[in-house]
Amino acid sequence: MIQVIAFWLFASIVIASATMVILARNPVHSVMWLILAFFNAAGLMLLTGAEFIAMLLVIVYVGAVAVLFLFVVMMLDIDFAELRSGFVRYLPLGALVAIVLAAELVFAVGAWQAGGVDLAARAAPAATDTSNIQQIGELLYTRYIFLFEAAGIVLLVAMIGAIVLTHRQRGGVRIQNISAQNRRRPEDATRLVDPGVGQGMEL
Amino acid sequence: MTEYFQRMMLYVPFKGWVDMGMSAEAAWALATICGILLIALPLMLAVAMIIYADRKIWAAIALRRGPNVVGPFGLLQSFADGLKVFLQETIIPSSANRGLFLIAPIITFTVALMAWAVIPFNSGAILADINVGLLYILAISSLGVYGVILSGWSSNSKYPFFSAMRASAQMISYEVSIGFILIGVVLFADSFNMNDIVKAQQGHGLGFVNAFGFNLLLFPLAVMFLISALAETARAPFDLTEAESELVAGYQTEYSSMSFALFWLGEYANVLLMCALNAILFWGGWLPPVDWAPLYAVPGIIWLFAKILFFFFVFSWVKATVPRYRYDQLMRLGWKIFLPISLFWVFLISGYLMLTRYGA
Repeated sequence: MIQVIAFWLFASIVIASATMVILARNPVHSVMWLILAFFNAAGLMLLTGAEFIAMLLVIVYVGAVAVLFLFVVMMLDIDFAELRSGFVRYLPLGALVAIVLAAELVFAVGAWQAGGVDLAARAAPAATDTSNIQQIGELLYTRYIFLFEAAGIVLLVAMIGAIVLTHRQRGGVRIQNISAQNRRRPEDATRLVDPGVGQGMEL
Repeated sequence: MTEYFQRMMLYVPFKGWVDMGMSAEAAWALATICGILLIALPLMLAVAMIIYADRKIWAAIALRRGPNVVGPFGLLQSFADGLKVFLQETIIPSSANRGLFLIAPIITFTVALMAWAVIPFNSGAILADINVGLLYILAISSLGVYGVILSGWSSNSKYPFFSAMRASAQMISYEVSIGFILIGVVLFADSFNMNDIVKAQQGHGLGFVNAFGFNLLLFPLAVMFLISALAETARAPFDLTEAESELVAGYQTEYSSMSFALFWLGEYANVLLMCALNAILFWGGWLPPVDWAPLYAVPGIIWLFAKILFFFFVFSWVKATVPRYRYDQLMRLGWKIFLPISLFWVFLISGYLMLTRYGA
């Protein structure tokens, strides 16, 4: 009963907030609706018993990816009039994407009508006492070790690529020398003198 | 569902209600709500008292008296402040983004309460004894940044916006190293479950101390976690988000009345949470400090509270004595010092465990 209520709650919020992502006028509001959608999708994952995936969804997407989205979107200086003027210009491309998505939906419904796939039965997890994390770990580090390492290398290459592309050498920049700053003592910068009256000070 | 409950303290009322003829699901929902209230209400009281304690400690270090007018020794000061704030008018700036402006303090406050669901107060006293407890903490603490970013952006004002930028960069930077530090603890405890992490510390240090912190491999992580916890909660010396000399009051500048109070409560609930995490992850949680039978006669919750209060004292002590960091120093500490060291420590710990525990 509680699971059913929770399922309908999460599922309806996911769909509603996903709709609001594209309907909201303000991009920051869009990102917030997207975050709500991620969060409720994590709730749906919990209901299917995939608690590890649910937590990763929140940590990675809500905690890192969406923060960066929000960061960029917050900085935008949006001119709503200009935003609407591009409507006709982007209409052909948008329509193309819409047609592709609609076709995919038709195919998906058709495939679903054709009957269940054998895969679903094969992928059903065996009921064991071991937790989600352990099972994923055992598969990931034995059977799928090559794919796992390959994904890691792809990510590493992407990271190095991003650094190489955005890195630029700037001339004439004074870089802080932290260890020199830390080594500096009061004696290096100050001196204590006791001048006589009326003699003045040499600075 | 019933097996799940048998491990928990709430099982007693749950079973009582089932015996009285209530359906298992209704009893489950009722027991969970009772558990939530049992944690949230004392937590709010603790936050009120801890604000008083913070001000008293700070005053004592600065050779002042601190709050001493309302109630005996000024004990009721926080409640007087709460009443004052409650009676104030809520002011919403006309150019603010109304919806987000109002929802931001609610997010901060709710998120600060949510994380307490997986904190073990004793061997069975835990609201949600889930096997991804520590990941849940990470997930929830990564949500905390939204309250700050949103309040800064929706205020439509310069200083809150600067503060929001600073806060988000700071929280993201330190979350990375906190993640690696937690991996070290998880590797030693062999579990993400908070209760199992506490139990793994029994007699861990030198054979008789109930703490991971006394393990030479984990002690540097404990120190880094304490410092990262200060940065994550934006406490002094890392309180650049509220640097009053530069940013007025940071992201809270435009807030008044209850919405301001929610930020305040959420902030201190987060500080208490970080103190509790320090105690649970590195210093034995609800276990007594030393693995000696007579000490187990004292309820575990008292040991946990003593440790939380000790770490809170350390937080106040640091706040009163250490000058504020410069922003570039803060970023350098996070990315150039903590991140490499904690990453290297993951290698070190996993290598050590491969050689000893999982050897050959």
